[in-house]
Amino acid sequence: MRQSFIEFNNVSFRYGEEHPWVLKNVSFVIYPDEWVAIIGHNGSGKSTIAKLINGLLFPQEGEIIVDGLKVSQDTIWEVRKSVGMVFQNPDNQFVGTTVRDDVAFGLENRGVPRPEMIKRIDSSLTAVSMNDYLLHEPHRLSGGQKQRVAIASILAISPKVIILDEATAMLDPTGRLEIMSTITEVQDKHNLALVTITHDLNEITKADRVIVMNDGKVWLEATPREVFTKKEELQLIGLDTPFVSKLADQLTNLGVEINNQPLSHEELLEELWISHSKM
Amino acid sequence: MDISFENVAYTYQPKTPFEHRAIHDLSFQVSSGTFVAIVGHTGSGKSTLIQHLNGLLRPTQGQVTIGDYQLSSDKKLKEMKELRRRVGVVFQYPEHQLFEETVAKDIAFGPANFGVDQAEIKKRTYEVIQAVQIPEDLLERSPFDLSGGQMRRVAIAGVLAMEPEVLVLDEPTAGLDPRGQKDIMDMFYRLHQEKNLTTVLVTHSMEDALHYADHVIILDHGTKYMEGKPAEVFVKKEELNKVQLDLPEVIQFIFKVEEKFGFRLTYRGQELSELAQELKELIRGADNHE
Amino acid sequence: MNNAFIIGQYIPGESIIHRLDPRTKITIIFFFVIIVFFANSIASYGLLTVFSIGSALATRIKLSYIIKGLTPVWFLIIFTFILHLVVTREGDVLFELLSFPVYSGAVAQGSAISLRFFLLILVTSLLTLTTSPIEITDAIESLLHPLKRIKFPVHELALMMSISLRFIPTLMQETEKISKAQASRGVDFKTGPIKERLQAIVPLLVPLFVSAFKRAEELAMAMEARGYQGGEGRTKLRELKIKPIDIVTFGIFCLIIIGLYLTRT
Repeated sequence: MRQSFIEFNNVSFRYGEEHPWVLKNVSFVIYPDEWVAIIGHNGSGKSTIAKLINGLLFPQEGEIIVDGLKVSQDTIWEVRKSVGMVFQNPDNQFVGTTVRDDVAFGLENRGVPRPEMIKRIDSSLTAVSMNDYLLHEPHRLSGGQKQRVAIASILAISPKVIILDEATAMLDPTGRLEIMSTITEVQDKHNLALVTITHDLNEITKADRVIVMNDGKVWLEATPREVFTKKEELQLIGLDTPFVSKLADQLTNLGVEINNQPLSHEELLEELWISHSKM
Repeated sequence: MDISFENVAYTYQPKTPFEHRAIHDLSFQVSSGTFVAIVGHTGSGKSTLIQHLNGLLRPTQGQVTIGDYQLSSDKKLKEMKELRRRVGVVFQYPEHQLFEETVAKDIAFGPANFGVDQAEIKKRTYEVIQAVQIPEDLLERSPFDLSGGQMRRVAIAGVLAMEPEVLVLDEPTAGLDPRGQKDIMDMFYRLHQEKNLTTVLVTHSMEDALHYADHVIILDHGTKYMEGKPAEVFVKKEELNKVQLDLPEVIQFIFKVEEKFGFRLTYRGQELSELAQELKELIRGADNHE
Repeated sequence: MNNAFIIGQYIPGESIIHRLDPRTKITIIFFFVIIVFFANSIASYGLLTVFSIGSALATRIKLSYIIKGLTPVWFLIIFTFILHLVVTREGDVLFELLSFPVYSGAVAQGSAISLRFFLLILVTSLLTLTTSPIEITDAIESLLHPLKRIKFPVHELALMMSISLRFIPTLMQETEKISKAQASRGVDFKTGPIKERLQAIVPLLVPLFVSAFKRAEELAMAMEARGYQGGEGRTKLRELKIKPIDIVTFGIFCLIIIGLYLTRT
């Protein structure tokens, strides 16, 4: 059996006694080296999960285990060493007055010696292709660039898991592409788990596993391919399947044989090709 | 109201070291009642353009005409307030403009500034909350107690309550989830038709431009790069790639089909079901010749 | 940015003055502010003037630009001078101005005080012209370091200053966005009676505060997530180093102090 890295055991959370439950009896595991996408409409509780993982919030019921530690007041600083988080608003997580200072912030907090700091700043900014912007001030960067700096700041502290909490929601399409290709590359090169939280189903195709949240509950846990077969159900909970799966659906309805739920244009073309050659 | 730009240029902080030319040599016409989409990269001049539509900016060169109002560098428009009432602008993240104690007061703020009387404001408030689907019992709540999506709707209601003839939308769905995006766009489209508005939509979504607009203007580096009917503009693959814009997904896919199978397949604005039908016939049809 | 007022502005450059350690600059200015009040002869004033103008020239920023940038201060200086002419009654009556007798002591004292005022403003504005705000922050943190022993939150103060600096442009952009959104809803910030214009600020300030608080909350969360637990055990990327040029500059400044002592009467 694989050793789990993050574990949610019957977790329930709400902001206060009078408030409704944001999460209700949520359980799941995430393994090391795995890319898990958490999707759900706004208000489905998906962002709360991120904040629970590194102890920015604590559940009223149930327990959360990260890297063998139960997340609590006493363990949060230990837990935060292995968890890196990128938030939604690029502006509100940029602490430094320049790119270099911002990446340094997390290292300074951990008391990393200066010569080591300089090495790590250089290598992590190179990993997100922002090394030419060392002395740029945040207001001279695009949203996508700021988010790449945020990813670099996290790489610099070599975490075991990176959580992207709707990190692309406020970006334009160019910025979104930048971030998606950056994290795909990062996941390839570093041994780490990746949790991406999003409401955009186009962003889950490369994930190993998907957790669909609805109304504070785990609605479905499946591979992206399985998720995309549930077009109607997804629409009911406020999500939308990508173009390819919609078209594949229409074709299936017309009796065109499509065996494998396609995730990309190329896969659908391939299916059509098989169907074409069989005729 | 008709909109026309004639050789418009706008330069920020002219004659300083910070001088920046945001738009230049920009000319186009939009006739009253059109749904026009303005598409281009961040920094292509979209937001500078729309600020000319209600006189927040005055061109540094050339002339902008909105209905009977004219904006140019040499003279100030006397009827500025009139223009602002008739051209409503929904900015990006409009919920950031909310400030009143209650939802009702915030919706009333715009019309009250333009001198609309209380009885009329009340009537309009009920109309607009219906349009944006905000339940009546929220009217006396503080706008800051609402969810993000509801705040967005209230802010939009505040603009609609001015009963503008031209509606300018700057990425009105940014940050919303898929259903929220679709609901809001469908609502704007319905209003556009019912109230016979002239709608100007600034968007990054080629899908929305294709789906809702009658006319598309593509900006690049501060000037017009292409314009025309969406179904005609969005099939010009090479031209769009040159300015790093994507084609709408359905058109991308059609091109890929043509490439892989050698079929002729044209985009004419067909629905997904029609496209599926065509694809099926092509796949099976080709087979008949073998 | 569009006016020429330069107090508080930073102009990047590579001059000797730019390259000095910010602590050197702050310390020298601190002592300069004190010694200006010890000048009491033409020679001593001359010495300080030469030092100040010399430093201004060494910044490689056009002197005319600096002088023009101090325009609002010029009015104050001239006003101070005139006030002295009218009020001070020492020495001989030199002439009458609009039936006011002007004394020789008044001219001397007026000139001395105006000159002092001018030198103070000039030298302090050289600091902000040649030192980026973040460098000033670093210098303050380093200079105030000894106060840590009496539990003065030096690190927190410096971090607060640097975060404020970081967010100034962001909040300026935000202010512009909100004022445009409200102008589109019929708010008139520019014309009308004062009372109405004051009222027009409410729809601008409320959203600005709401957003600033939201930013603060999110930033605090992001800082915590990135392992910030206060100044204890932190290392620093930015470091200040005293270079030979700083020592030489200090030396020159000491010579000025000695010169001042000798030229006093």
